[in-house]
Amino acid sequence: MRREPARGLVQHLPVIFPGLMLTVFFIVPFGTMVAVSFFRRQQGGFYVPDFVLANYARFLTPFFGNVLVFSLYLAIAVAVVSLIIAVPFTYLIARSRRVTQVIWLVALLSILSLSEVIIGFAWSTLLSRTAGITNLLVRVGLMDAPKALVPGFGAVLTGMVYQAMPYAVLVLYPSMVRLDPTLTEAARTLGASPLKAFFTVVLPALRTTLIATLIMAFIFALGSYLLPQILGRPSHWTLSVLITDQALYQSNMPFAAAMAVFLVLVSLALVSLTMFASKKLEA
Amino acid sequence: MERFLSRLYLALVGIFLAAPIVVVTGVSFNEKQNLAFPPQGFSLHWFAEIFISPEWFRALVASVLLAVTSAALAVAIALPLAWFLWRRIAPWAQVFQLLGVAPFTLPPVITALGFLTFWATSGFYGQPWTAVIAHAIFFVTLPLVTLTLGFSSIDRSLTEAAATMGADDRTVFRTVVLPLILPYVVSGYAFAFVLSLNEYIVAYMTIGFVQETLPIKVFNALRYGYTPTMAAVSVLFVAVTAAVFGLIARFGDLPKLMGAMSSKD
Repeated sequence: MRREPARGLVQHLPVIFPGLMLTVFFIVPFGTMVAVSFFRRQQGGFYVPDFVLANYARFLTPFFGNVLVFSLYLAIAVAVVSLIIAVPFTYLIARSRRVTQVIWLVALLSILSLSEVIIGFAWSTLLSRTAGITNLLVRVGLMDAPKALVPGFGAVLTGMVYQAMPYAVLVLYPSMVRLDPTLTEAARTLGASPLKAFFTVVLPALRTTLIATLIMAFIFALGSYLLPQILGRPSHWTLSVLITDQALYQSNMPFAAAMAVFLVLVSLALVSLTMFASKKLEA
Repeated sequence: MERFLSRLYLALVGIFLAAPIVVVTGVSFNEKQNLAFPPQGFSLHWFAEIFISPEWFRALVASVLLAVTSAALAVAIALPLAWFLWRRIAPWAQVFQLLGVAPFTLPPVITALGFLTFWATSGFYGQPWTAVIAHAIFFVTLPLVTLTLGFSSIDRSLTEAAATMGADDRTVFRTVVLPLILPYVVSGYAFAFVLSLNEYIVAYMTIGFVQETLPIKVFNALRYGYTPTMAAVSVLFVAVTAAVFGLIARFGDLPKLMGAMSSKD
């Protein structure tokens, strides 16, 4: 049965339901959000149709400027640390036996799908004073008394790397598996040490994938919402936290929508940057 | 030496990944209501609490219902679309494929806020079914990707043979395509199910003030202090999630599936 163009209503029937669902429940809500970002807020939590730029102008206040800068900084830190851990890790599992690979993949997928709430709770327990890792250090004799490591920036970073690292591994995995093993073999035959082969052959061969992974992990981290709240102080709150706060608790939907639109623009800009960079590198 | 170092590195990452789960599991067995590790005493009371306490049980039921229905709706959207894209030459329909992948690539808060403004404007805000639709759209990417991969792996000469022997489109679909695609339907459903079960922000923004799913309940409980039931719920979630992916790996080709997933990004 060859592929043919669809003719008549009956042959188009299968695409109608999915098309309708995606249009009504993705395009329309998205459009609503963009529209609301230009609406004017009224006292009491309602908003009226209008076209004002005041919601966007509020970004220029130092408070929101700081939150934005912190969100970007945190996302960059998370992406870089995740990549540093994930690259050698993925390389090693991609070269291991199939059964081993599958076990690791199941573990990584499980952690990736795990609720942010649960990851946050687990890390806050692990870093707490009563049940945390410092108790272990005390027992070994490295510390005098157990102490709490949450809330703090280190805790936020650790929790977010925990979440983003499996994601980075899964983005890297296909290219690492497909990587021609003869490349490293050739380098080894010519006298390179395994580490040298890794740095001079494997990494350069994968540079487009590495950049793509870095940016994907960055966008992933940019969306983090619960971990900064559970593991950090209010000064560690990200743009996502602020959007939710404005929408639900300050009842300022237009401002929340404006921040969301801004976040989309940042993400889209980065995605196109990735595509552009990978095209350029391939050329 | 080289082997040893690579083993050591894998072990360290493994410890990093396992540590929080080990501690939470230990904490969930505590006898008294305190946060202590290693656990003091041994009790399965906090696991029973999920089913005995009406509040926790209601949240569990809400979560499972949401995951079961939204994953089904996600598959119902993805299956005809993936089939159509495979069966017909229709470049314009690629738009819908793109739309299906978009919510998953954007930061989740965007989709959540989009739905919040949409349901608030249309007057349905707070209805339990609004979260079902929201999750189905949010996670439609997963069955769409697995099914697209599934269709691409079908040998077209099989369907051609069936058509030559007089089977119409419907018969071909029922007798040839569906049996071949079924494992991909199941894994797509399983992916969407697990992610919906664990999802927080979209559920919170659509029905959070009316109904509590388990992740919402855990977060709310976390604000008011600590109860070991949270640890028990976490252990339950880790177990269910790992079991589902274990089954996908057992019955499907996980490395191939992962390859297909990221080439779509």
